[in-house]
Amino acid sequence: MTAGQLAALVSSVVVVLAFVYPFWWLVSASLKPREDVFDNGFWPDPLQPANYVEVWNQLPITTWLFNSLVVGVAAAVAVTVSSALVAFGFAYFDFRGRTVLFWCVLATMMLPGVVTLVPTYLLWDQLGLATTQVPLWASNLFGSAFYVFLLRQFFKSLPRDTLDAARVDGCGYLSMFWRIVVPMSKPALAITFIFEFQASWVDLLRPLVYLQDPELFTLPRGLKAVLDQFGQGGEREWELVLAANVIATVPMVVLFIIGGRYVVQGITISSGDKE
Amino acid sequence: MSVRRSRVAYAFIAPWAVGFVFLTLGPILATLFLSLTDYDALPGAETSFIGLDNYRQAFSEGTPGTALLNTGFYALLYVPLSVVIGLSMALLLRRAGRATGLLRTVIYLPVVTPPVATGILFLLLLNGQEGLINAVLGWLHLPTPFWTTDPAWIKPGIVIMSLWSVGSVAIILFAALGDVPQTLLDAAQIDGAGPWSRLRHVILPMISPALFFIVITNTIASLQLFSEVYTMYFGAQTTNPPEAALFYVVHVFEEAFTFLHMGYASALSWLLFLVIAVVTAVQLAMSRKLVFYRGDA
Repeated sequence: MTAGQLAALVSSVVVVLAFVYPFWWLVSASLKPREDVFDNGFWPDPLQPANYVEVWNQLPITTWLFNSLVVGVAAAVAVTVSSALVAFGFAYFDFRGRTVLFWCVLATMMLPGVVTLVPTYLLWDQLGLATTQVPLWASNLFGSAFYVFLLRQFFKSLPRDTLDAARVDGCGYLSMFWRIVVPMSKPALAITFIFEFQASWVDLLRPLVYLQDPELFTLPRGLKAVLDQFGQGGEREWELVLAANVIATVPMVVLFIIGGRYVVQGITISSGDKE
Repeated sequence: MSVRRSRVAYAFIAPWAVGFVFLTLGPILATLFLSLTDYDALPGAETSFIGLDNYRQAFSEGTPGTALLNTGFYALLYVPLSVVIGLSMALLLRRAGRATGLLRTVIYLPVVTPPVATGILFLLLLNGQEGLINAVLGWLHLPTPFWTTDPAWIKPGIVIMSLWSVGSVAIILFAALGDVPQTLLDAAQIDGAGPWSRLRHVILPMISPALFFIVITNTIASLQLFSEVYTMYFGAQTTNPPEAALFYVVHVFEEAFTFLHMGYASALSWLLFLVIAVVTAVQLAMSRKLVFYRGDA
């Protein structure tokens, strides 16, 4: 082993520890009695799995999990379908104003979200939906600039001849899209779905703005309420806060380990590096 | 191209066009309009047109300035560090051989962790007296500041937390490194360039578009940091949140949705919009000199 290889090995170990150990600390602390949470011991001793039972009994965690799932799936399905249609419009057709309109799409990607926050809230308020979960996913029905861009890049790489041949065979544009483009684009559509599901799953700002009723909370919103109620605002029952924290973190970690390949691919495409 | 095809195309992009008008363009203009009023979302509050008063208040009050300085300080610390550490990790991934896949998964896990969860976790890890981070620093005989209570150390603590998610940068740079032609590296080596020189004169210019992409997107995201900071230092039960942790979007959120000063909050968000636009424009201008685009790209 050369000095270079040894240095790489040592740094790899340090990196893995720095990134993984906080997760282990979290899991371990969530299984400790209250007075041991900060002992930084590797193993919980004594082990107190009852923290999870208590969290489960005291908090509507299952409701929050379910809410996050419903909102996440609605947001991801809405954005995938609408962005795919729009992206196909930009990728396949040549129409007047295409360049200008696509610049508008790109400009929206740069826009800080906070600029539209207040009027969007007032709009939902006018519609009587400001304290429901609808604002968390319904705006996705109109596509999202980032995914329109991502999917357009992908659609442009599809073989034009295959699409035109379908046209010659008498396929309508919509059925061509559905029967040929969609099956050929499964990886890109999966990336879109996973990205948006993840973004929705972790979002805190909009649930803070819209959700008032704890029964409607998504998991991050609920977790913030747990911190305020049990953590620094309450009696510092950190073992319960941490158990809830583990429950909120695990689904994303599992999803990433299953679908990580797509995620990595998606990041690579979206950073403008298509190869 | 026939007219009919144009119509079909417009039908495909119609969802986006409707959303652009009603959920982007309309709200931007509405924010601008609201920023010129004293609109408070309180029952019975009168609303009138007050010209630029909100903007005057933003400049005279001091709090928005503090929030902007806090946010800018954070961005100036986080963005360069994320690039340097992200690049080091990407280079490490390139040398990891069979462990690359595992290492890549490991460093990306914090990125998929909900920011609220990260905020809570680091609130405890950064604890001045009993936190794990100070335990490690103490063991290494390094200073152990009170990260979550000492105003001078709150933002560096937040930077440490953000750097835990640096895997997103490393993954992008890892992909970019894969596109550096081996022939160039070999040629440089034959000409006697050492590892440092190859990095400086071959690798960095070749991956400069990816570096530039990261600097731009990370700067924009840093200036809008909200969830982690709000989780750690603000919220229903937190009395007296530390001024050093007042980030700009947190301030806008509190003005709009805690105090319901929506007119004033609109002015604050337009100011952020302008700051981000100027910063991005400056970075784009600088990129002309610093970024090297391959002809075949």
